[in-house]
Amino acid sequence: MPVATSPAVRVVTLNIDGQDLSAREDETIIEVCREHRIPIPSLCHLDGLTLWGGCRLCLVEMAGQERLFAACSTRVAEGMHILTNTERLRRYRRTIVELLFAERNHVCAVCVSNGHCELQALAQTCGVTHVTVPYRHQRYDVDSSHEMFRVDHNRCILCTRCVRVCDQIEGAHTWDVKGRGSDCQVITDLAQPWGESSTCTSCGKCVQVCPTGALVEQGTSVGEMVKDRRFLPILARRRQPR
Amino acid sequence: MSTLQQSTDATPRKLTVATAWLDGCSGCHMSFLDLDERLLALAELIDVVYSPLVDAKQLPEQVDLGILEGAVSNENDLQQARLFRQHCKVLISLGDCAVTGNVPAMRNTFPLKAVFERAYYENVTQRPGVIPTIEVPALLTYVQPLHAVVPVDIFIPGCPPRADAIYTILADLLAGKTPDPNAVTRFGA
Ligand code: SF4
Ligand code: SF4
Ligand code: SF4
Ligand code: FES
Repeated sequence: MPVATSPAVRVVTLNIDGQDLSAREDETIIEVCREHRIPIPSLCHLDGLTLWGGCRLCLVEMAGQERLFAACSTRVAEGMHILTNTERLRRYRRTIVELLFAERNHVCAVCVSNGHCELQALAQTCGVTHVTVPYRHQRYDVDSSHEMFRVDHNRCILCTRCVRVCDQIEGAHTWDVKGRGSDCQVITDLAQPWGESSTCTSCGKCVQVCPTGALVEQGTSVGEMVKDRRFLPILARRRQPR
Repeated sequence: MSTLQQSTDATPRKLTVATAWLDGCSGCHMSFLDLDERLLALAELIDVVYSPLVDAKQLPEQVDLGILEGAVSNENDLQQARLFRQHCKVLISLGDCAVTGNVPAMRNTFPLKAVFERAYYENVTQRPGVIPTIEVPALLTYVQPLHAVVPVDIFIPGCPPRADAIYTILADLLAGKTPDPNAVTRFGA
């Protein structure tokens, strides 16, 4: 979420991939890159929601620094030199995408989100033609108890967009996260079936922000789940302190 | 791994191609046939020496380009995969089943015993419980993508990959270029 602009923000100059740019000092690297159409892959970041910094797809290199920086959670600073598309970064991005595919069960050909999925699209743009790590083949649940929506944990990448939108925009806080490592999972209420939730308002915001086929509308068939997030920037702006 | 270009440069002859489908639906082969009239132009450049689409019963000793569709699900798939790797200079993994395991691999989250029970007890009314063992290859415990059992040179994801995608990649190979599959296809395409 863009940080609330204070009246006296300074402007800094920085260099991204050889381009000299100027930006407000309260902006993050990813925001500046988006403004200037410099592509940076991301999954957990979503304009309108608070920061999560969990997927690490947005990592960039910074001159004079050995470690990498997450573009979504690093503010710009005067004189920064940033590289967004080095061979090392491309290799890490491919590995991250491959690990996401290997962790749960993605079968794009029969997925309701086929053709409209951010993970699928990222595989293509990051140059993943196959997954080099072994698939885990662990079974995850599908909860179809909600009369309008369904959660398929086989397709979840744990980006927590659903958790954040439900809490920060809808104000219901139906979603949360339980467990660690490969047992980590998003849950509704206290890990109760979604259809029995006493907090869910059935607004559907979580479904629309979910980047994959994990949260979908009931009754959708292969490739039919097209998401619409136009509500998010509008509501996010209205919720900012004036 | 030798490239196709070297082989064509050295001897100006038609490129030999072998294809087979393992645990797949043959849809990738059908997509290849969807090249329609472009098949005629292709036939000037390649010689299909072994394939479900032609008559040959034996994989030749040396083939320029091997194309495998389908996942590796049983003993026979595994043998075929190894045979292709052994005899083909360049091996292509064609389609999501070969590349990811895709739909055939959905059985991997169930124990093999449960898969047999489902197929030969629960879902049959005629002679339930008779599991065929003669003349059928034994199922492997896990369905694997092709590259999990043999090294693969080129991956063409898609279910099936569109004819145009297959064509572009073959044309690049024939021209001695390194194909860029992500430019023309993707998982689930
Ligand atoms: S969620 Fe996306 S990546 Fe996963 S199976 Fe569905 S379309 Fe493919
Ligand atoms: S439908 Fe709305 S209220 Fe219910 S879980 Fe999703 S975001 Fe929260
Ligand atoms: S259900 Fe969707 S939005 Fe929620 S964590 Fe999983 S992938 Fe992200
Ligand atoms: S987008 Fe930056 S860590 Fe996920």
